Amino acid sequence: MAATQEEIVAGLAEIVNEIAGIPAEDVQLDKSFTDDLDVDSLSMVEVVVAAEERFDVKIPDEDVKNLKTVGDATEYILKHQG
Amino acid sequence: MSKIKPSKGAPYARIVGVGGYRPTRVVPNEVILEKIDSSDEWIRSRSGIETRHWASPEETVAAMSIEASGKAIADAGIDARQIGAVVVSTVSHFSQTPAIATEIADKLGTDKAAAFDISAGCAGFGYGLTLAKGMIVEGSAEYVLVIGVERLSDLTDLEDRATAFLFGDGAGAVVVGPSREPAIGPTVWGSEGDKAETIKQTVPWDTYAAEGHTKFPAITQEGQAVFRWAVFEMAKVAQQALDAAGITPDELDVFIPHQANVRIIDSMVKTLKLPEHVTVARDIRTTGNTSAASIPLAMERLLATGEAKSGDTALVIGFGAGLVYAATVVTLP
Repeated sequence: MAATQEEIVAGLAEIVNEIAGIPAEDVQLDKSFTDDLDVDSLSMVEVVVAAEERFDVKIPDEDVKNLKTVGDATEYILKHQG
Repeated sequence: MSKIKPSKGAPYARIVGVGGYRPTRVVPNEVILEKIDSSDEWIRSRSGIETRHWASPEETVAAMSIEASGKAIADAGIDARQIGAVVVSTVSHFSQTPAIATEIADKLGTDKAAAFDISAGCAGFGYGLTLAKGMIVEGSAEYVLVIGVERLSDLTDLEDRATAFLFGDGAGAVVVGPSREPAIGPTVWGSEGDKAETIKQTVPWDTYAAEGHTKFPAITQEGQAVFRWAVFEMAKVAQQALDAAGITPDELDVFIPHQANVRIIDSMVKTLKLPEHVTVARDIRTTGNTSAASIPLAMERLLATGEAKSGDTALVIGFGAGLVYAATVVTLP
């Protein structure tokens, strides 16, 4: 069953917490991965791969650079999830 | 039909000696920062690199190879005349003809050993090792010298903040010889030419010469795409190599991945779920990324410091420009 926006944000929060050690409550739709959450470009790849597995979605390399905020990623997953 | 006598090889092959050469000049991040807008902290956090070695004009591809090989031959306890073939993996020897391997074979005092170069980027050591094993088991050489050598500082764009800090110079060599027991597992290797653009030389030599470029060619890469492939696809290849050798993670003593980036190494270790007891090579911190030389250099250092010991079971995996990869399980010399 497809995940809701709320479930995706919660899932991303867990992933970001595990990979970058950022408190889950800081992961909000308007937060930028690099500027606000200190997720660098390499950690971002790990976040993307973990999100792919969790939400059954493919996020190609060329799309990763467009995912600037948690909101961008959530919207992408909502649109593309299997 | 006339009957052709078959060649007769050894039952198995093993690495019998290892040697390394690191150029004298140690280059800290501060020197890199003279040409790019970055910081020591940024470089360390993105790559793990603190220092690297850059070769002087005298520390040529041949000179570094001869130093490393001399140590490997001494470690193996053999005479150079017993070496039947010399395989050199490099992407930074700037004269394509003849192969640099012949000069190295001659200067080491081999008895007219077969000698040739291969181009397999950062997977070059594994490719060379696989060739060596084949030659020994097939019978065309008793001992084979496999050398990984690079002067990547010559192919580094010092003004590119994404790669200026990454590369280093050096040579690593192993002597592979006959064995009564299997000591080099099946190689899991391959290529993905559809990803050829992700790591490449900025300008080909002919275009560079014809168009009069002012900037010397350098190695460039798509960092995120390479990171993803290296961590997640190469972890699968590493697992396949373990499975092919019939070695469980619990039986593994040492993990020596190509020293591309400490973040790739850490992430691979996590993805592979390697147990705590496995010693992981992180030679990149003080050596940088030396492409084909990185695995034998890291192997030599682990043995020299006592972090690994002779007889240990090690998983080695190389991966890089091509894209190409090669992984296998070996018994350390």
